[in-house]
Amino acid sequence: MAMFIRVDIDEAVQRDPALCRQLVEVCPVDIFALEESGRVTTVEPNLDECTLCALCWEAAPEGQVNVVRLYRE
Amino acid sequence: MRFYEYEAKDLLRRHGVPLPQSRLAHTAEEAAAAAAELGPVVLKSQVLSGGRMKAGGVKFADTPDEAAAATTEILEIAINGLRPVGVLAEEKRTITQEYFAAVTYDGRAKLPVIIFSDMGGIDIEEVAEQHPEHLSRTHFSAARPFSDYIAKNAVAAVGVTGNDLNALTRIVASLARIFLQYDLTLAEINPIGRLDDGAILALDSHMDMEAEARRTHQALLKELGVDDDDNRQARPPTPFEIAAAQLDAADPRGVAGNLTEFDGNLGLIIGAGGGSLTLFDAVRQAGGHPANYCEIGGNPSVSKAAALTKLICEQPKVEKIAVMMNVVSNTRVDIVARGVIKGCIEAGFDPSEKIAIFRIPGSWEEEGFAILDRYGVDYVDRSVSMHEAAARAVAKMQA
Ligand code: SF4
Repeated sequence: MAMFIRVDIDEAVQRDPALCRQLVEVCPVDIFALEESGRVTTVEPNLDECTLCALCWEAAPEGQVNVVRLYRE
Repeated sequence: MRFYEYEAKDLLRRHGVPLPQSRLAHTAEEAAAAAAELGPVVLKSQVLSGGRMKAGGVKFADTPDEAAAATTEILEIAINGLRPVGVLAEEKRTITQEYFAAVTYDGRAKLPVIIFSDMGGIDIEEVAEQHPEHLSRTHFSAARPFSDYIAKNAVAAVGVTGNDLNALTRIVASLARIFLQYDLTLAEINPIGRLDDGAILALDSHMDMEAEARRTHQALLKELGVDDDDNRQARPPTPFEIAAAQLDAADPRGVAGNLTEFDGNLGLIIGAGGGSLTLFDAVRQAGGHPANYCEIGGNPSVSKAAALTKLICEQPKVEKIAVMMNVVSNTRVDIVARGVIKGCIEAGFDPSEKIAIFRIPGSWEEEGFAILDRYGVDYVDRSVSMHEAAARAVAKMQA
């Protein structure tokens, strides 16, 4: 169970297969993965490795990928 | 990385240092054959530990039968938990005077130093304390070619003259060159003996090579028969140390391992630019008792830092841990903070209780401090020195 990071993916992302693939590509710590259906999902054991590099939320339209720092909530 | 005496002597021989005749024996039969060839011999356990004489690892034999019997006994004796790899059978000589020579690094002077004494064969610390006039310390440059003149000064400084001065100068100069050429951290001959016929020989030797230099000197190590996986530590690794090495090797991201176990109760997660050594010493100076030395740095992953923390916290003797580093640049404070908190919790402890102090200033420290605040962990920034942080951790242990 991730203790420090949660990543929220807006449903709009799922309608853009290229963006789904891009999220998997950009994340340096493999937090995103593609399901067989082509939907992008998060890899639970890797969430706390998030480096807050911003590559995912900058790849997506504003507000569609949110990296939440649970310790700041 | 330590060398056995017979390997150290092999190095000395290659550099022209005069030695008694000797044979390495792995069995009683080989020792008997050596005694038949050499005459009366001294038989010395080949073990990577001091205290051989006291432990019965050194014996004398006048005949091949005596040599065989003594070797059988020596091969059975473990010294400080280490079993001998063989016995060095060396011709027995009559010694009229013993000298001491060593080359090592003087950390304070940041230079190599020759330590020489005309009172060899006994504990050199005792000589330094009780007979300082019989000991010289001569620093030299590791960058410039070594000159025999430096060795001569080191020997002459304790009043040695004449033939002994000339012979000892050659031996000490060779020792210094061996030290530099093979990246040693210690090259020692104790004793160097003057025999009844005036000859001067290296009678026992101890050498340590910088572990990081092994790759540079692979060819030499191969010639000496040292295997790549022969780590040559002073004692076998403990299960704690093995587990730390395994978790470090399992994840290439950063360093979180290189752990050495000690007897104390304060677990240490320390590092950054030599900070680990400084912090370990600071804990000791403050009266603390480290349960371990370790190194963390190079921005390890959260899971790697967590695994190391969990391992340390799970040691029954560890009452609290101190997480302390020098100012970090590439290692991130928040990543380490996440790792150590996670490791504590996974080991079943409350981070606010278990972590005596967190002192890692530097990259992403605000983010790290937010995490530490959230979990109630006591932390300090760079305005608190490493020594002060170590002292605060020790004070909490004593509270
Ligand atoms: S911020 Fe960087 S590390 Fe974190 S999920 Fe996004 S891409 Fe991955």
